[in-house]
Amino acid sequence: MDILTLFLIVPVITILVLFFAKNLQQARVIALIGMFVQFLMSFHLVYAYFQERKTNQDLMVFQRDFVWFEQFNIHYIIGVDGISVAMIVLSSIVVLAGVFISWKMEELPKEFFISLIVLATGVFGFFISLDLFTMFVFYEIAVIPMYLLIGIWGSGPKEYSAMKLTLMLMGASAVLLVGILGIYFNSNADGGALTFNILEIAKVNIPVEAQKLFFPLTFIGFAVLGALFPFHTWSPDGHASAPTAVSMLHAGVLMKLGGYGVFRVAMYLLPEGSMLWANFFIVLAVIGVFYGALAAIHQTDLKYINAYSSVSHLGMVLFALLMLNKTAWTGAILQSLSHGFMTALFFALIGMIYERTHTRDVKKLGGLLKVIPFISVMYVIAGLASLGLPGFSGFMAEMQIFVGAFQHPDMFHRIATIITVSAIVITAVYILRVVGMMLMGPVKNEEYNTLPQATWYEKTGVLLLLIPITFMGVVPFWITEMVRESIQPFIERLL
Amino acid sequence: MSTESFLLMRHEIILTVILLLVLVAEIFSKNKMIVFYVATGLFLVHTVTGFIPQQEGFLFGKMYHTNELLHFVKNVLNVGVLIILLQSSGYIKEKLVPGHKSSEFVMLIFASLLGMYFMISSGNFLMFYMGLELSALPIAALVAFETMKRRSAEAGIKFILLAALASGTSLFGVSLLYASTGTVYFQEMAALLSYSSLSITGFIFFFAGIAFKISLVPFHFWTADVYEGAPIGITSYLSVISKGAAVTILTIILFTVMQTFQEVIHILLYIVALATMFIGNLFALRQKNMKRFLAFSSIAQAGFILLGLMANDQLGISTVVYFITIYVFTNLAAFGVIQAISLKTGKEDMEDYTGLYRTNPRLSLVMMLALFSLAGIPPVAGFFGKFFLFTAAASKGYYLLVFLAVVNVTISLYYYLLVIRAIFLRKSENPIPFFKSDLMMKIGLLITVIGVLLIGLYSPVYQYIFDLSKL
Repeated sequence: MDILTLFLIVPVITILVLFFAKNLQQARVIALIGMFVQFLMSFHLVYAYFQERKTNQDLMVFQRDFVWFEQFNIHYIIGVDGISVAMIVLSSIVVLAGVFISWKMEELPKEFFISLIVLATGVFGFFISLDLFTMFVFYEIAVIPMYLLIGIWGSGPKEYSAMKLTLMLMGASAVLLVGILGIYFNSNADGGALTFNILEIAKVNIPVEAQKLFFPLTFIGFAVLGALFPFHTWSPDGHASAPTAVSMLHAGVLMKLGGYGVFRVAMYLLPEGSMLWANFFIVLAVIGVFYGALAAIHQTDLKYINAYSSVSHLGMVLFALLMLNKTAWTGAILQSLSHGFMTALFFALIGMIYERTHTRDVKKLGGLLKVIPFISVMYVIAGLASLGLPGFSGFMAEMQIFVGAFQHPDMFHRIATIITVSAIVITAVYILRVVGMMLMGPVKNEEYNTLPQATWYEKTGVLLLLIPITFMGVVPFWITEMVRESIQPFIERLL
Repeated sequence: MSTESFLLMRHEIILTVILLLVLVAEIFSKNKMIVFYVATGLFLVHTVTGFIPQQEGFLFGKMYHTNELLHFVKNVLNVGVLIILLQSSGYIKEKLVPGHKSSEFVMLIFASLLGMYFMISSGNFLMFYMGLELSALPIAALVAFETMKRRSAEAGIKFILLAALASGTSLFGVSLLYASTGTVYFQEMAALLSYSSLSITGFIFFFAGIAFKISLVPFHFWTADVYEGAPIGITSYLSVISKGAAVTILTIILFTVMQTFQEVIHILLYIVALATMFIGNLFALRQKNMKRFLAFSSIAQAGFILLGLMANDQLGISTVVYFITIYVFTNLAAFGVIQAISLKTGKEDMEDYTGLYRTNPRLSLVMMLALFSLAGIPPVAGFFGKFFLFTAAASKGYYLLVFLAVVNVTISLYYYLLVIRAIFLRKSENPIPFFKSDLMMKIGLLITVIGVLLIGLYSPVYQYIFDLSKL
């Protein structure tokens, strides 16, 4: 059995076994075992990847190719490079942490874990596919469980948020579908056969006219998932209504599919199109970064603050990708990873606070640092990482983004970069404001003095996410090397 | 004529024999339920033996024509009818046997199916017309089967009047085509047809008649009322079998006989496809009754099918036939659940389905699979069916049409999710209580579920259809 397909087989088996679970106790143990195996496998994958790289200089390693629909030349092709390996590690950690955080899921536990793992299956499948069709299939598999996850286990206006999120993302995938078909029917421009294989299409010179037409479709199709302004509105509502583990997966992993897809499909396959359209989308990305940060200042609901902060941070990923150079792209990938861990951590902590105090309103909370020190300290750390303090993952990601962005000497890029940099200051404002109001000061509510401390499963979940953040901040070279190396062939397509 | 050439019409002959046997059994048997079981058993044998391969050939001076593709379509229709019979067993036992109407029900279905066979195998417009009528008249009787119910009788009248009008229109179109070419044989007409206003008018009238059967906009007005009034088994028959057969013959006639009018066909299909998708979807948004809801959803699905017809080659035919195959299983899964619930509780409204998952999880899951397949969400079969239809349209460069179609997919997703929302998301004070369906219903649902799960993921099915798709 090859090492990558196992990433699909393990969750599928877990799902099948989960169907026989009788209660919460069984369901969570089964889910935990399955996802723990997945977690170990992802680390084994990193090791195997470095071993393989020593001898194998292909763009993608561990490639497997099976014909699926012969007539359309649809294959099940899988393979990974440094970027996908990093994304797989991110996903497996966040999913495992999500299972820990959902340890006390009382309502329909079996169905909850099944939906959660279906989502995870989609995500893993997306990151290993090298075939546009297969990739698209996994993309949709990852999106649709969100409807049930938010709709059944969510809070607040959950039906509305679930519907909005699903329709917007499915609408985006509809646009993407046209883009993919457009790429497919132009993949024989050099006289070869029609193909969905990304690596094959990359060798073809797709006519510029077609690139011009299909780049925006493909870009928007993916970027909606990466919260591109003005298509980001699904994200805050979705986050706010989702249960904790789902918010974590949603912001930590699912939204990464957007940036990854833009990078892997839109920009790699349609390089001329991306150069033609870059400036237009940079404007949107910059608005997203700035607007997201400003909106976060005005929110009082913890989840909304974080949701808008995600819009801002992911806008930065798109911004960096559109800079079309190596340094910025490395920054973009690192920012994706760093934001994945960080937001997942944030949402996990918000979930814990909410479970104890039954409110997410910053104004009603206060002095939590004295009452629940573990959770509060973690929140401070996550906040500092989020505003880009050196020593955490956020700093080195943003650093590279801005260095990359400043390599463009023209006025347009300069202004865009300056606006984006200034958004970081705003980030500091909304993070420190929350920390100040919620954690410091006197305890506002008598009842809060008796709040229970973090339990073992909560601590495990939190630590799982905290370790990579600090690791990436303190020893960034391995991961930077892994990503930079893999970016090289992509950047060459542009020159 | 030798025995071998008679074997070409194996399907028709066996079905006629079964029909006559049921008639005889009805006369001599006291226990009507046994007649039904025997009929179902015989039909099962017919369905299974149908999969024995068949050669291409002509009969009766090219009036009758069959080949591997048509043979396959007939098999799909057989499987569909078999599922309908299985799903209807409870209904027949409880509602029809006491009124001594069970055998008529079965016989009329078989007679209509026989008409479908002749219709898709026709090589001549007169044969086609005969098949069309033979398939439509029994349905009219079936729609009005619950004569004591006002809705059912109303639906029956509506159906027969409009069906007569439609086949009259179609026949008028054929007469114009005959006037311009002097023949009613498909092959000869294909060679003789030329661009003239007479023949184009004839083609458009002919198309209108078929469009009625497939319920394309603007010939869709009967659909919702008839679907609502008819017994559920018949509604499912109308929505999959009748539609599937009509789409098949339309494909054949468009791609073989009418190739001269290619440009007209493309314009016509473009407009009709858009109108059908948008109107079907927008009307479906506000439906409260599950049968009406699926009626409009099936109108929209017909619009998607037309996208496959935009590609006039092997690809186009194969995607259309593939989609029909998937559609048979998908829609029958949805109607099966509605039938099961309606039989036990008499409830047919979307409201009544609230909180269904908590009392009847299995039925809910079947419904979810069916709706996801209709909405085109992977990994269930409907996704592959739709994706390939869109690929067929895009292969001819109709990107804008594909784009508008995927917009429609998103709209349709909204109302399918409304049902999912009622079943899974909400809790009800007064949910449908837990119940057990009879064995035949369970088997019927199981077959559809297997179909929905496998036809898409298991790619040789598509490859098989593609290899057959030569006209």
